[in-house]
Amino acid sequence: MAFVPLTADEQQVMLREVGVDSVADLFVDIPEHVRFPQLDVPPPLTEIEVVRKMAALAARNQHIGQLACFVGAGAYNHYIPSVVGHMMGRSEFYTSYTPYQPEMSQGTLQSMFEFQSLIADLFEMDVANSAVYDGPAALAEAVLMALRITRRDRVVLAGSVHPEYRAVVSSYLDGRGVELATSEVELRDSGLEERPIVDLLDDRTACCVVQQPDFFGNIADLGAIAERCREVGALLVYVVAEAISLGLLKTPGAWGADIAVGEGQSLGVSLSFGGPWVGLMACKQEHLRQLPGRIVGATTDQQARRGFVLTLQAREQHIRREKATSNICTSQTLLALGVTVYLSTLGPEGLRQAAALSHKKARAGAERIARLPGYRVLNRGPFFNEFTVLCPTDGAFVRARLLERGIIAGYPLGRDYPGLQNALVLCCTERNTAAEIEQLANGLASCVS
Amino acid sequence: MDPTDRRYTKEHEWVKIEADRAVVGITHYAQDQLGDVVYVELPNIGDHVEMMKPFGVIESVKTASDLYSPVTGEVVDINAVAVDEPQVVNDAPYEAGWLIKVKPDDPSEIESLMTAQQYADMIGVS
Amino acid sequence: MTEPLLSELSRPGRVGQRFASPEQCRGAVDDLPPELLRGELPLPELGELDVVRHFTHLSTMNHSIDAGFYPLGSCTMKYNPKVDEDVARLPGFAQLHPYQPEESVQGALEVMLELQRLLAEITGFAAVTLQPAAGAQAELCGMLLIRAYHRERGDLKRSKVLIPDSAHGTNPATAAMCGYSTISIPTDSHGNVDLGRLKEIADQETVGLMLTNPNTLGLFEQEILEVTETVHRAGGLVYGDGANLNAILGAVKPADLGFDVLHINTHKTFSTPHGGGGPGCGPVAVRDVLEPYLPKPVVARRPSGELYLDWNRPRSIGKLKGFWGHFGMMVRALTYISLQGGSGLREISEAAVLNANYLRARLSGVYDVPYDRICMHEFVASGRSQRQYGVRTLDIAKRLIDFEIHPPTVYFPLIVEEAIMVEPTEAENKDTLDRFADVMLQIAREAEENPEIIHQAPHNRVVGRLDETTAARRPVLRWARVPAQAASAPAY
Repeated sequence: MAFVPLTADEQQVMLREVGVDSVADLFVDIPEHVRFPQLDVPPPLTEIEVVRKMAALAARNQHIGQLACFVGAGAYNHYIPSVVGHMMGRSEFYTSYTPYQPEMSQGTLQSMFEFQSLIADLFEMDVANSAVYDGPAALAEAVLMALRITRRDRVVLAGSVHPEYRAVVSSYLDGRGVELATSEVELRDSGLEERPIVDLLDDRTACCVVQQPDFFGNIADLGAIAERCREVGALLVYVVAEAISLGLLKTPGAWGADIAVGEGQSLGVSLSFGGPWVGLMACKQEHLRQLPGRIVGATTDQQARRGFVLTLQAREQHIRREKATSNICTSQTLLALGVTVYLSTLGPEGLRQAAALSHKKARAGAERIARLPGYRVLNRGPFFNEFTVLCPTDGAFVRARLLERGIIAGYPLGRDYPGLQNALVLCCTERNTAAEIEQLANGLASCVS
Repeated sequence: MDPTDRRYTKEHEWVKIEADRAVVGITHYAQDQLGDVVYVELPNIGDHVEMMKPFGVIESVKTASDLYSPVTGEVVDINAVAVDEPQVVNDAPYEAGWLIKVKPDDPSEIESLMTAQQYADMIGVS
Repeated sequence: MTEPLLSELSRPGRVGQRFASPEQCRGAVDDLPPELLRGELPLPELGELDVVRHFTHLSTMNHSIDAGFYPLGSCTMKYNPKVDEDVARLPGFAQLHPYQPEESVQGALEVMLELQRLLAEITGFAAVTLQPAAGAQAELCGMLLIRAYHRERGDLKRSKVLIPDSAHGTNPATAAMCGYSTISIPTDSHGNVDLGRLKEIADQETVGLMLTNPNTLGLFEQEILEVTETVHRAGGLVYGDGANLNAILGAVKPADLGFDVLHINTHKTFSTPHGGGGPGCGPVAVRDVLEPYLPKPVVARRPSGELYLDWNRPRSIGKLKGFWGHFGMMVRALTYISLQGGSGLREISEAAVLNANYLRARLSGVYDVPYDRICMHEFVASGRSQRQYGVRTLDIAKRLIDFEIHPPTVYFPLIVEEAIMVEPTEAENKDTLDRFADVMLQIAREAEENPEIIHQAPHNRVVGRLDETTAARRPVLRWARVPAQAASAPAY
């Protein structure tokens, strides 16, 4: 396809207007010896050829429509109603940019405002921003925010927070002189046990980061942690990696979180091999000025008509430069739109159903697997839609065996938790069928030699 | 011309000694350059401020500026009205729109700052 | 006509989508202690058609590339080919879980590896990471790589990042996120980095220079080789902000200019859609000495030919982003580059630069162009001579809206008074450019003859100019509560 529409005649007219003889004359500021290099890039393909090429690459993958998917671990195979893709696919949304000119961008701005409202209500927090890159980035920004608010230099992370989230926090804090303390997770006879995080909190601690449900699927009573945070003046930072759980579970706001973050992928965003997704971020009103990212506010025009604008921009990099709350200027707007369409289509009943069915199936799966010889469920208390299973052999090996049967059998914990080489975190959503759960159980049984 | 009962910084703050307090605000010129003030971030009472070091931030819709203290000392009062109704900084920068009151370590410190005439000369040329 | 909020459209008891009958859900959560469950769930309740009408109406309130000209400087609002969207939606790409076993995602890893190779070739660097989510995260990545380089050499006293005064705000914000202080380098009268000042300032405390080239004035740094050499002599590294890479595709490889790191915005240069402000995708290309520090994991090939994610990278800066980056954007970028081919890439930069120069030529004289020399893919004009009629750049921008043209970037870069930054991109034809120039000239005439019409613009949108002051003074950031739900809503 030809992307440059200028005809040769038009080019000549334009060059005359500019006052040069050739297009090459426009590039004379580039040092001559490096100007117009050879590029080892293949010649252009036609649209027919490129579709063939890309379809062939896609065909070398086994997608989750072809497999029974029991892996979650921060990325969830929930059903996305058709309407979500159709609304996101409107090019008025996806070929626009950050709404710098509000009069021409009310569609995007209003949908961002609605997104903020939905996330604040879902989390039961005072205010939400209009999204950041993803869950891990939201957590890293929340930790930086807590460091600014408290002016302290110590961060406590639960070891049951998603390993990728913890890794991103650690990278963002590199070189800032911040002490990171992580609670240990151990395998006991009774199951997985995390050392009490309250013991790590002290009056130097800026924030305590917990995830609910945690990486192993557990749902915990966070009352004591929240109370200890208040005692020592640390902020409670609450991570929701599986946002569907909020259809059912007690909210970050109700637990007393100061900052709540999460991954919005579960709420209508395709898995796409890990991105683009959408980072959710909300906080108490008193911390609003330290909240990074784009924020949309409602206002009026001179005729008192309601409209929406980007607001509180003096927090941001284009104004505050080196004193900004963050360098971020992306709000994952298109994905946030997807979340907004998803939540408004499901409503309270649909979201409760997605959560309840996911839990119900996970419980059925866990009960079935617990009866298999050689397998043990390691969760000691209630879990949501994920549970951790100890296998008789290496988790990665089990997974490879089950892939041969068309099953993605969870996430092996060996790389992140060296003592848990044989463990898998398994996940169910409303999409999994009873037949798939039976297939999974049979597959696991076949790995016992 | 700006009031002659006080001194001025090159960062467009003013300071006026009232008894043992130094009252601090921004100039008429500064509020005019900023446009509608939407937010003022001030230190806490009891904080220590230092001459020509930032003590807060003032924001309009499209810009933000650090506030520089014209004097060294302890913050003894902040203007809650300016925090709640920042419009007052635009409306009355020299009176109701003051920002902080400081108990100066050395009241004579401010004599190194500009007089109203010197400040007028500065903004006249800049 | 304005559109009600979702909360205002909500009617208790209305349902858009169910996954099962209420009976099938009954008892589903009996095993969970009630104290772990939430109370109310105040989401709006709408039918699917309500939702479709709502968002369809909202979409009509947007300007977009597909609807009209969008010369937003520094943002490269070029056409997004439709086939890119089709390809990215193939189930073999869109429906992959990031934690699938590697043997089941060989095609996806191949996409990443091929895109990395192409980007490395186009920019002249040794290696590329695709992990950063967007330009700003790519900047953070690049600066962390530079820090790791200095640290491993035991060069620990470097703490100052040099940044031209024309730079994007993300540059100083990024340096600050890394705990560095920043020093602003002035721009000289030709629109270049002030080389004399740079030479005075660069020293053993210099971490590096963050430089956009072409710079935000749309000008190619005329002494670029000496600029980068100056920083290298002081022991610093040069970070390239690739926001303006579109101007030099196939015209020069940034590595040949002395850059050590460069980030690429696929949403600008390689036409992945901007999505109303995200998703972006910010690959980072590096010289060989920085390769060991790249974020992990990296895509690698075993001797058997099989691709895998290599986590065994002991010198890596770690992880910056969940999973492997914005894969959906990588698919689109690879599709785009494949369509263009090597020859097409050079045609892009040539047309982008010609279009910008043509508009510059047509507007200069009526609008001030403070650095009026051959520009690259964009140029910065100024509305300062229109000020004598009481018309500001903001007014000119709002008047453009009446003509269904998205205003250029305004009031940036900060060093140009009343700045109007125009980037037409290569995708536009001469008719569109001429119409834009004609409208701009008409607005300049109106400024003299009928400034009132400019002050009252825009006239034809769903809202007029909005009260941003009140929005910031009394922030309203969420809707009032959604009306109470039907008492019959099942709690399971």
